[in-house]
Amino acid sequence: MHTINKPTKYRISLKEPGIPGVLRMAEERFIFTPHDPRSLLKLDVPFRSIKVHKFSKDGSKQALLNLLHEGGGYIFEFDSFSDRNICRDFVGKILGKLQATCPSKDDKTVPDKTTPAPGEQLSPMEMEHRIKLLRDDSELQRLHKQFVMTAILTESEFWATRKNLLDDTTIKVTKQRTGFKSTMLADIRPSTDGRTNKVTFSLTPEIIHQIFAEKPAVHRAFLDLVPKKMSEKDFWTKYCRAEYLHRTNNSVAAAAEAAEDEELAVFLKHDDILADEIRHKIRRVDPTLDMEADQADDYIHLQDHGLLRDGGKETVDAESELSRRTLSQDLNRHAAVVLEGRAFDVELGDTRTVAEALARSKKGPSLETFDKNESQERLEKACRMTEIEDLRGPHQLPYAPLFIKDPREYFDSQQANALRALGDSNAGFKNTDYNFNLEESYAYLMKQISEAKVTGLNDIVQSDVALKVLNGLNQHLSSTKQHIGKGPFESVLDQLPSRTKDELMIHWSSIQELLRHFWSSYPITTGYLYNKVLRLKEAMTQIYNKLQEIKESVQSDYRHLVSLLVHPMLQALDAAFAHYDSEQQKRTAKGGAMPNGFFK
Amino acid sequence: MASAPSKLYSDDVSLVVVLLDANPFFWAAGAGGGNHPAATLPFAKFLDHVIPFLNSLLLMNQLNQVVLIATGINTCGYIYDSGNGGPEGSDNVSEISSEILLRLEEFVCKDRKIGKGTERAMGGSVSSLLSGSLSLALCYVQKVFRSGAIHPQPRILCLQASPDGPEQYVAVMNAIFSAQRSMVPIDSCVVGVQHSAFLQQASYITGGIYLKPPQLDGLFQYLAAVFATDLQSRNFLQLPKPAGVDFRASCFCHKKTIDMGYVCSVCLSIFCQHQRKCSTCGSEFNQAPREPNSASDTIRKA
Repeated sequence: MHTINKPTKYRISLKEPGIPGVLRMAEERFIFTPHDPRSLLKLDVPFRSIKVHKFSKDGSKQALLNLLHEGGGYIFEFDSFSDRNICRDFVGKILGKLQATCPSKDDKTVPDKTTPAPGEQLSPMEMEHRIKLLRDDSELQRLHKQFVMTAILTESEFWATRKNLLDDTTIKVTKQRTGFKSTMLADIRPSTDGRTNKVTFSLTPEIIHQIFAEKPAVHRAFLDLVPKKMSEKDFWTKYCRAEYLHRTNNSVAAAAEAAEDEELAVFLKHDDILADEIRHKIRRVDPTLDMEADQADDYIHLQDHGLLRDGGKETVDAESELSRRTLSQDLNRHAAVVLEGRAFDVELGDTRTVAEALARSKKGPSLETFDKNESQERLEKACRMTEIEDLRGPHQLPYAPLFIKDPREYFDSQQANALRALGDSNAGFKNTDYNFNLEESYAYLMKQISEAKVTGLNDIVQSDVALKVLNGLNQHLSSTKQHIGKGPFESVLDQLPSRTKDELMIHWSSIQELLRHFWSSYPITTGYLYNKVLRLKEAMTQIYNKLQEIKESVQSDYRHLVSLLVHPMLQALDAAFAHYDSEQQKRTAKGGAMPNGFFK
Repeated sequence: MASAPSKLYSDDVSLVVVLLDANPFFWAAGAGGGNHPAATLPFAKFLDHVIPFLNSLLLMNQLNQVVLIATGINTCGYIYDSGNGGPEGSDNVSEISSEILLRLEEFVCKDRKIGKGTERAMGGSVSSLLSGSLSLALCYVQKVFRSGAIHPQPRILCLQASPDGPEQYVAVMNAIFSAQRSMVPIDSCVVGVQHSAFLQQASYITGGIYLKPPQLDGLFQYLAAVFATDLQSRNFLQLPKPAGVDFRASCFCHKKTIDMGYVCSVCLSIFCQHQRKCSTCGSEFNQAPREPNSASDTIRKA
């Protein structure tokens, strides 16, 4: 491809005047050389770093080309649009080509720290997740370092047990939905240009959506009228007109207009859907709330109190239906809508689809359906709140009733299983422990009871035995008090030197990690698993030895404590080793050679 | 079931329900001598320790009440209730003792008679019906709760000898939870060979004391020093704490005590094998049990 040279001005920002120079574009990079050789603003940028290019419209004030890179852009002003267009097309071609040849330049962002296992393809996104998780959680990082870096576990094995962590973060990435703006519609004021009587309202899809949500009557009218009876534009003109009339408090004019035009009247009338909704809500108000008692608490009835709207004081005009739309009502309605939030996700473009989607979302929980439950609940609540305690029986504590789906199956299957199991397990038990059969046992027991009858009660406890018991109990108490700590929340760990404590904690988490992998590898079906178990066993043996060392190395004061703590760890490891050995024996018993040639 | 309407206890009066293990197999095992606990402490001696303990409980407070329940292998039954005694009879220690022994004899006869008809005992079941006697005790406690606003503070003491019967797991756990709900502590004194996982859990959950006395011939002393204290005094005393609790559960299907198992995601029933359907709540588990290694397997092959 050829190169092009064009005179241009480089502008650091749109506000500053440009620096004249020459822009030279080649296949790989573009170079800007200012005319003033002393200027330091010389550019040499590879196209790889450019993401998008933007440009001003043909015929606009300036012929601009903006090459955006991460974190900014290079703006060039050309003398003519034709020059600019040549450069623009050139850049477009190169960028298109670059994107086609290297689809993701993120390959190099995979750090050397985490090397994916062969055959495992990780998207850079996942990789970043993992790195972030490791960075945030030092414990995790330590385990990762300890096991993955030493090749005891592979990367994928390590993360396989932590899928939930990975999932969580992907959920968090989803975009937060924006709700309605909390500013009120009243803020969209009509703009007048002082010369004519023209009044301009400007409506955006966002505002329309908000109008629909806040004024169900308008919403309904829109669904009914548009586009059957009138065009969308006419509809909104009417709406704005009604709004204007209402705003100017011109009730006479409004009434006149409403009489002439029934569609316009819809907007001026009191919103009946809203009224219905409010009536429902009032019925659901806590029955113990006494609103009448609060009536005089707001000072509204006093002189010089009240709310100002649109410059004038809201006058209570009992004759006019319009005046009932008071500011506080509007405020309340707006607050309710904002709190409700957006129930659906629709591109705010086409008004019609927005209106329909809103209608659909409203249909879902209709008010009537849960009204019945509500009234029942209300009644119960009223009873509860107003009850006089000593006239009532005790409350029933809430409990979940026992629910057995099929009692016959439940009990029968258990019984059958239990008998079978008992038959197996007790045969040996009985022979060793119990020399008597049932009859003899009963006879012996009876003999004992009659013996007790005859001998009567004497010399229950020998004094030396009593002393032994007392000493034993006291020792037990003082030792548990010392070892388990005074309060139940006081940890034994806190008494240990911090170094030993840390060491123990580290080993404990390592053991857990290893054991989790160990047990999940059984049953061993492949040579891979066999190797994995072998690796894990090696690692566990090392930790086992380390634990023993810790036990020996601590000071004598803490030795007992530490051995108590280490004991369950060793037990867990012992169980794993025992399992390993028994599996191993089974394998050799089966005939030595394993399917994959592994045998021991 | 409604729980007790009010909990106005008089705080130093106790109702102690003692569960006595009268398992013939266990006690007869001591006849041959040897290391068995029943050899060091035969049933006659055991009673020698327990009956004076019951008497001393009654001595501690005039209003104290003691109930003795025997646990057999076929049945359970009330043996003695200090509240039932006539105004003149209950004072005499030897009378109480002979009453207990007489009723115990009757109980053992009854237990034997019931066992004859069924194959259960011969089938080899050697564990006592702990669940049954716990239920009897709880019923008694509930009756006391309903007797009036002021009643003694109840607690249950299990004198357990025979090993746990895993087949009773669900029943025992239910009894434990109902004791917890009605705030009745279950104390346990194990004189058998092994620790009892059931009673460890019972005492842990209900806030009672669990003790397995190492010195069996001093049983009375353990009973008097540890288990005689009423609930109010326990707040001020340092009583033995168990070093650990065996929390293992029995599976619902085969009644085996298990370390690892399957849990129904709906009702938390426990199974030792994978089930296609939960036998308790009927939920169906569609997915076949995932072999523990299958997930990692597929990842590796991919």
